Amino acid sequence: MVLPPANTTDLSIAADAARLVDSWVALAYLVAGVLFILALRGLSSPATSRRGNRFGMAGMLIAVVTTLITHEIASLPEILGAIAVGGAIGFVIARRIAMTAMPQLVAAFHSLVGLAAVLVAVAAFLNPLAFGILGLDGNILAVSRVEMALGAAIGAITFSGSVIAFAKLNGNMSGAPILLPARHVINLGTLVAILGLTAAYALAAQAGPGQGLAFWIIVALAFVIGFLLIIPIGGADMPVVVSMLNSYSGWAAAAMGFTLHNSAMIITGALVGSSGAILSYIMCRAMNRSFISVIAGGFGAEAAAGSGEAREQRPYKQGSADDAAFMLKQAESVIIIPGYGMAVAQAQHALREMGDLLKHEGVSVKYAIHPVAGRMPGHMNVLLAEANVPYDDVFELEDINSEFAQADVAFIIGANDVVNPAAKTDRSSPIYGMPVFDVDKAKTVMFIKRSMGGVGYAGVDNDVFYMDQTMMLLADAKKMVEEINKALAD
Amino acid sequence: MDFISILSIFVMACFVGYYVVWSVTPALHTPLMAVTNAISSVIIVGALVAAAANGSPAAKWLGLAGVVLASVNIFGGFAVTERMLAMYKKKDRPGRDGAGKGDKA
Repeated sequence: MVLPPANTTDLSIAADAARLVDSWVALAYLVAGVLFILALRGLSSPATSRRGNRFGMAGMLIAVVTTLITHEIASLPEILGAIAVGGAIGFVIARRIAMTAMPQLVAAFHSLVGLAAVLVAVAAFLNPLAFGILGLDGNILAVSRVEMALGAAIGAITFSGSVIAFAKLNGNMSGAPILLPARHVINLGTLVAILGLTAAYALAAQAGPGQGLAFWIIVALAFVIGFLLIIPIGGADMPVVVSMLNSYSGWAAAAMGFTLHNSAMIITGALVGSSGAILSYIMCRAMNRSFISVIAGGFGAEAAAGSGEAREQRPYKQGSADDAAFMLKQAESVIIIPGYGMAVAQAQHALREMGDLLKHEGVSVKYAIHPVAGRMPGHMNVLLAEANVPYDDVFELEDINSEFAQADVAFIIGANDVVNPAAKTDRSSPIYGMPVFDVDKAKTVMFIKRSMGGVGYAGVDNDVFYMDQTMMLLADAKKMVEEINKALAD
Repeated sequence: MDFISILSIFVMACFVGYYVVWSVTPALHTPLMAVTNAISSVIIVGALVAAAANGSPAAKWLGLAGVVLASVNIFGGFAVTERMLAMYKKKDRPGRDGAGKGDKA
C-alpha cells in the first residue's frame, strides 16, 4: 500500500475491503478442500472414480490460482517455470511407469511431498513475514514455531522413510530387514529428542527469522529417524509401510496448513492422514499383527531362522501344464488366487488369457484377492485391471471364502502365506490368526511355484503343498500359464 | 483465523476423512494412495507463498524447489490415477473381445 489513507473513514473502508477479500479467499480454499473430499468419495465405486479424480484436479487448480492471485508475486515467470518443469517430469513418469512398479512410484511420490514440506517449513523459518507468522516483538509466534517444527520433522521422516521404502521396493536395496542392536532405544531416544527440542524451540527467548539452532537439529534428527524406522521392516510388510508414509505425508501437509492458516491444506492433510492410517489398520488386520509389531520390524528374519532346522522332505505331486489344462477344462468353477509372485513374473496378461479361454469352455472363473497380496493395498486389483480382467470378476477375501467348498479348482499363482492353513490351526506359527483362503476345501488345488525350495515370506512351510488334491506346477509363473494356455487352445 | 477455528476444521476433517475412506472399495486402494498423494501436494500453496515473497532469497529458492517437487507430484499423481482408473472395466458384453476401448460401457 503506497498511499496512506487520508482520514479514518477511508481507513475503515480499506479495512472492510480487505476483510471482504479475505473472506473470498478463505471461501475459495474451503471449496478446494470440499473438492478433495469429493475426489476420495468418488473412489467408493469404479463407476464414479474418474469423476472424483477430476474433482481433485479442479480443487488443486483452485488452490493454486487463489494463492497466485492473492499474493504479491516478485517474479511470476520463475514460478510458472517451476510448475512447468515439475509438471512435465511428473506427467512423463506417470505415463511411462509400469503398473507392476506402482508401489515404488507411490513411495517416490511420498518422498517428494515430505521433502516439499521440509522446504516450506525451512522457508517459513527464514522468512516468517511472508507467512504472516512474525510477531510484533520480532520473534516467530510460539504456536507457529511448534507447527513449523512438527511439519518439518514429519516431512523429513516421510522423506527419508520413503526413500528407503522406494529402494527396498525397487530392488536397489535388499528387502530383508536390517536389524541394528538396541534399535528400539535409539529410535525412542531420537523421537524424545525431537519432541524436547520442539518444546525448547517454542519456549526460546530469541526466535527471529532464521534464529534457532534447535530447529535445524530437529530437521536433521528427523531425517535420521525416518531412515532408522524403515530399515528394520521387511519386504512383505511394505503394504503397511507405504500406507503409513502416506499418512505421514498428510500430517505434514496439515501441520504446514496450521502455519499458513489455510483450510485447504488442513482439510487435505486430515483426509490423507486418516486415509493412510485406515489403510495401515486394514493391512495389519489382514495379517493379524499389531501396528506396533510391524513398526518394530524384524518380522520374517526371526521366523526364517526358526524354521531353518528340521524340515524333512515330504512327498508331493508334481503336474505338467498339460495335466493342469486338462483338469481346468473339466472343471465347472475355478478360483484364481494371485500374489506378489504374479507381479514379479508379469504373468497378469497370460493369466487373463487363461481366464478367457476357460470361460469359452463354459468354466466359471473368479479371482480372489487377499488384502495384503502384493506390495501395496490394492496392488493385485490394479494389475488385473491392467490385464483387462473385469472388476466384477474380482472378489475380496470375505466375499469369496465360502465358495471354495464348491470350487473344482483353486489356482494359486505367486501367493503362499495367504493360503497357508497353519494360520488357522497352528498356534506356534508366526502367521497364526491371519485370515487365509480356505483352498484346502477345493476339490483340486493347483499351485504355481518356482521350486519346492523357497517358502513364503513368513518362512513357514505350507501344508497345502503336500495335500492329496494338490498339484504342484513348478515353473516360472508366466511361462507355466502360457504353456497351459497353449494346451487349452489345442 | 484463530487457532481454535483452525483446530475445529482439522478435527472435523479427520472425521470426514475417516468415514469417506472406509467407504472406498478395496479394489481401488492403490488409486486411493495415488490420489491422496496428489492432493497432499496442496503443500504447493506454502511453496508458492515462499517463492512469491521478497525479503529472503534463500527462502525464495527453497520455495521454488518446493514448487517443482509438489508439481511433479500433482501432475504425476493425478495422471497416474487417471491412467489406473481408466483400466477398471465392467464385464464385457458377450461377443466382444477383451481389449475394448474403455470409456463407453
